[in-house]
Amino acid sequence: MVLLDIRDLDLSIARGGELLPVVQGISFTVEENETLGIVGESGCGKSLTALAIMGLLEGSAVRIAGGSIHFQGRNLLALAPVERRRVMGERMAMIFQEPMTSLNPVYRIGDQIGEAILQHRRMSRKQVHERVLELLDLVRIPDPERLIDSFPHQMSGGQRQRVMIAMALACDPKLLIADEPTTALDVTVQKDVLELMHSLQTRTGMSIVLISHDLAVIAETCDKVAVMYRGRIVEHAATSALFSNMSHPYTLGLLGSIPAHDQDVEWLDAIPGRVPTLDELISGCAFHPRCFAAKDSCRTVDPVAAAVAPAHFVRCHFPQGNST
Amino acid sequence: MTRPLLEVRELRTHFSVGGRGFMRRKSVIRAVDGVSFSIHEGEVLSLVGESGCGKSTVGRTLTRLEAATAGTAMFDGRNILNLSPAEFRPLRRDIQMIFQDPFASLNPRLSIERALAEPLFIHKLVRDRWTARKRIAETLELVGMDAKSMSRYPHEFSGGQRQRIGIARVMILTPRLVIADEPVSALDVSIQAQVLNLLKKLQRDSGVSMLFVSHDLGAVRHISDRVAVMFRGKLVETGKKRQIFETPRHEYTRRLLESIPRIKGRVG
Repeated sequence: MVLLDIRDLDLSIARGGELLPVVQGISFTVEENETLGIVGESGCGKSLTALAIMGLLEGSAVRIAGGSIHFQGRNLLALAPVERRRVMGERMAMIFQEPMTSLNPVYRIGDQIGEAILQHRRMSRKQVHERVLELLDLVRIPDPERLIDSFPHQMSGGQRQRVMIAMALACDPKLLIADEPTTALDVTVQKDVLELMHSLQTRTGMSIVLISHDLAVIAETCDKVAVMYRGRIVEHAATSALFSNMSHPYTLGLLGSIPAHDQDVEWLDAIPGRVPTLDELISGCAFHPRCFAAKDSCRTVDPVAAAVAPAHFVRCHFPQGNST
Repeated sequence: MTRPLLEVRELRTHFSVGGRGFMRRKSVIRAVDGVSFSIHEGEVLSLVGESGCGKSTVGRTLTRLEAATAGTAMFDGRNILNLSPAEFRPLRRDIQMIFQDPFASLNPRLSIERALAEPLFIHKLVRDRWTARKRIAETLELVGMDAKSMSRYPHEFSGGQRQRIGIARVMILTPRLVIADEPVSALDVSIQAQVLNLLKKLQRDSGVSMLFVSHDLGAVRHISDRVAVMFRGKLVETGKKRQIFETPRHEYTRRLLESIPRIKGRVG
């Protein structure tokens, strides 16, 4: 069953009286119990896409300029604000990169999780307390009875992210959006948190959209992957298909940029140039100034997404993998 | 073997926290607690560990940004930890530091030319603006920047370019030891690779010694000759790069290596 279905989503940011496109025509679906990874560098639009799904762009300079976001068959963008808030708060939840800034420093963590429950459920104080303990136990916080009364600063980064996950799970969401959930954590803690997310998914059957700049994190945790560059999905496939047949030069460049810890490489295959800023106009394919495979047509014609294999889409005139 | 350029013995840097106020007990944080290592001429030693293990404090102590509590650090035959500030000052040219955040480490009000000229004049390496400008142009090109960018200001550059400028400001002094504290971790993945390649190339070409402080084991493997693994203020294992990555002896090193997510079926 398709849980989330995004079609041709366009996001624009108002700047100096004009609208700059920040996300252009992205489409993807997330099935129940599935994990989609969105990978890309800063400014590629991956976080804005997440905020658009969560309905958190209101009040910001970013506008939804087109497209649809269907969740459980209903277009979220067409719902009345009250209804939308109910769906988004209860059935979707989001966790962010820096748990310290997402938690309120002056409230005990038990009260913060309790508040998340009471926003959507009618429960007695005792029931809430029980539920909070259950959630803390679920995210493997040791000694929940004691830690329920802690303040965020008394906990480690990994524990704080567990608290965020507990809060996100308070109402048994169908969809969890995790925006760089482990980027601020140490590798050993990252491993535990990723394993925790996976086991919670197995248990609850929820779907996850995992946003990361780290291709290796995506490779280990996701069923399918969307690679974004400058507001567009440039490659989209099942994880195994993507890693066995990388086709977009940008995806290959990202892989070549990561120094391996399990082999010696003399020089990294770095992508030349820099990530373009939003106000730079680039004709043709947005990646062509940095692309090793660019030819004349790339400078003038923006490629459309085409299949190089079943369910493997690449937005490139000269895909590099083996097409079938 | 020749005498090492830097030989650190039983280095301790402790901080006292708390105190003040009614009945508040003072406590001591042993950020660096008995660390010994050496770096030879032209060698890259990495100090790797997780946040809070004390690896940055080691670098900051060696550049005297923090005061050592005990231990010695012999640099070129002199213990840099007990030199007076005036005695240490000329050595600042020889021991230079590259910081993590390229946004915070450049003065926004100075043009790139002035930011790079300042250390040249402080250390009396040039006497006039014209020689300085020539050196600056050469150094900018060395780090892959256009010499024309010297008339511009930090805000006009991206994070990767700023880090290149930070590297230029260090390399223009032709130091003997560079301490690089997480020099790429604030950068985008594709830019990290460029800067790592650049650091490796500059190090090889100039033969400068380097202490590379990082939590990123991939980056560490890419750039180092030897690796020291730090955990809770102490070194748990030091060895040749190959040995640390392929036959780690300490349990913590193994756990660290096993925690890194892998890309299966990676080729080339």
